[in-house]
Amino acid sequence: MSDKKENSIVQMASELRWKLGDNFHDKLTESLYTDASQIASKAIEMPGRERDYTLDSKIDRIVTSKTWGFPIMIGILAVVLWLTITGANYPSGMLFTLLIEKAYPALKTLSSNIGMIWWLEGLLVDGIYLAVAWVVSVMLPPMAIFFPLFTLLEDFGYLPRVAFNLDALFRKSGAHGKQALTMSMGWGCNAAGVIATRIIDSPRERLIAIITNNFSLCNGRWPTQILIATIFIGALVPASLSGTVASLSVIGIALVGVAFMFLTSWLLSRTVLKGEVSTFTLELPPYRPPRFWQTIYTSIIDRTLIVLWRAVVFAAPAGAVIWLVSNIQVGELSLANQMIAWLNPFGLFIGLNGVILLAYIIAIPANEIIIPTILMLTVANLNLAGFGSGDGVMFELESDLDTANILMAGGWTALTGINLMLFSLLHNPCSTTIYTIYKETKSAKWTTVASILPIIMGFVVCFLVTQLWNLLGG
Amino acid sequence: MTVNTSACEDCAFHNVNSLKKLGIDTTDVDFVIALAGNPNTGKSTVFNALTGLRQHTGNWPGKTVVRAEGAYQFDQKKYKLIDLPGTYSLLSTSQDEEVARNFILFGKPDVTVIVADATRLELNLNLVLQILEITNKAVLCLNLVDEAKRHNIKIDQRELAKNLGIPVVETVARSQKGIPELLSIVSDVASGKIVCKPRRVKTLSGSIEESVNQLTAEIEKQFPGLPNSRWVAFRLLEGDERITEAVVNNELKELV
Repeated sequence: MSDKKENSIVQMASELRWKLGDNFHDKLTESLYTDASQIASKAIEMPGRERDYTLDSKIDRIVTSKTWGFPIMIGILAVVLWLTITGANYPSGMLFTLLIEKAYPALKTLSSNIGMIWWLEGLLVDGIYLAVAWVVSVMLPPMAIFFPLFTLLEDFGYLPRVAFNLDALFRKSGAHGKQALTMSMGWGCNAAGVIATRIIDSPRERLIAIITNNFSLCNGRWPTQILIATIFIGALVPASLSGTVASLSVIGIALVGVAFMFLTSWLLSRTVLKGEVSTFTLELPPYRPPRFWQTIYTSIIDRTLIVLWRAVVFAAPAGAVIWLVSNIQVGELSLANQMIAWLNPFGLFIGLNGVILLAYIIAIPANEIIIPTILMLTVANLNLAGFGSGDGVMFELESDLDTANILMAGGWTALTGINLMLFSLLHNPCSTTIYTIYKETKSAKWTTVASILPIIMGFVVCFLVTQLWNLLGG
Repeated sequence: MTVNTSACEDCAFHNVNSLKKLGIDTTDVDFVIALAGNPNTGKSTVFNALTGLRQHTGNWPGKTVVRAEGAYQFDQKKYKLIDLPGTYSLLSTSQDEEVARNFILFGKPDVTVIVADATRLELNLNLVLQILEITNKAVLCLNLVDEAKRHNIKIDQRELAKNLGIPVVETVARSQKGIPELLSIVSDVASGKIVCKPRRVKTLSGSIEESVNQLTAEIEKQFPGLPNSRWVAFRLLEGDERITEAVVNNELKELV
């Protein structure tokens, strides 16, 4: 500090700054604009016709209109989701056949032929290999469809229009309008969404964007939503409608997420993160025809494979842990069963169960492995015969019907299904996202807030839904 | 000017062939080139065209939030290319603007290539002028000239270059148009074959001009030969902490 005072330049600067008042910034900006427009008017030979925006503004008038803006946004989201859900089925099935039905027994045969010790075989093949194979077959196809579609929209120039539509809502909730962009990124991957918040200037609004990014239903959570919606909500209506109803309920959950994002932003900006909403100019870029093949190529290489690699890296140790807790005996029962019994009372109290809570603890590295973990733990806990190939072995069932049977046997009702969908939306971020939040905020405090806040909301929401359900006698 | 030894020298096709995209191999480079510009002008596309890398590109402002690095080789020289975050100005203190500004100032790139959108030149010039306050070695890459043409915008490239005091190259980075010309101009500026005389903002309004001049004189006294003393004065008058720190710890000496 003493250095600063002694420095004549710094001293002179602060004196002059005092004299100039706070309009220096505006004056300087003004000078820049004057110069820029002088140069531009000399260099542009057809002034007054800077650009013909007729078509662009015609499109903008529709997609950002008060009446059509929101329906179009939700409609586009629905189409992207529907394409992802239906398109991913077939390749997922093929990968499943290849990796789990064909390669898994082959690996089992191989390991017993070379005389591998039983626990090593269990750990490597039943634990790590199956977890990785599951993640690849379930995640790769939807990501390979979702990311390119998203990138095409981005390339076309639609995303800033989304930000434009949502700007007023963000402003009302005390957050930055650009949060719309980071929120959309979060639908792909929350870690990517958190990094994208760097475009937000003010630290206060950036923190809000970081903390609430987890409310964007990320890619790893879509499959859970889709499966549970198909089993429990699709089943409530005639078969011909079940697909549509299931898709709509998944969109519903995504929109509930958006609502929570606004609510939390509002709460934060009214309490611990008080401050002014900063104004900014949002440039609506010209629409450009997307470069189709290039977009497909880069989004598969850059986004899909990188996110997949991350999931695989986290799934492998998680697979080992799942196998271990199911096979380490503590007293009469396995460690997994002990923990389930311990978590069950609280789980049932909020309309979930011990299995679900344990699955969320084990699967913290990757949301993608929630469903297989739940199935595996349910079977292990009930000692159901004829399902899976042993304790702690992850598996997927041939049909949704089989899955439904296991879950019903585990005491699941439609309420459990609805609560699981809500809890999948409202729980702590995956460990990669938590780590990214720490790297971006460099604050243990805000990282803790971002991790704990959603899980508390999840508990409260599930509890309230359960009470309401019981009240209505459902 | 050197005498051309063969007609191939200034032929675009020849130059494309002497471009070697080196991807992420940034070892032993001869020159460091910074890519700056407004958001959504195609910086990342230019970056990809030169390095052969596939930085994700997208049609929305603010997509590049981290600095990306790549390299290419042109005429036996190796260049390291830094893709800076796109910003509208360098006057605020958001993280992306600070990354861009600090690199142009403290990173001392051999050339700063400013990518501008030809369809919105006037808006883009604000940033161009701010960058020219900081650095002497810059090239304006006037991108998206195909879109400009489609919208009947005619830009007098020579007039623009004359007024800005730096070379101007028209490009369509998406389809590699103008990239060979850009490469050779950048190499000329890097090697000192072309010397820029960048425009410094002329029309400072009266009340601030006096203060700026006074402070600039004081800065030049302490740091003789500093190429951007007036810009440092701007920053100090805005109360910029990073620049104040650079004055106090004599970091500015290294920029002379």
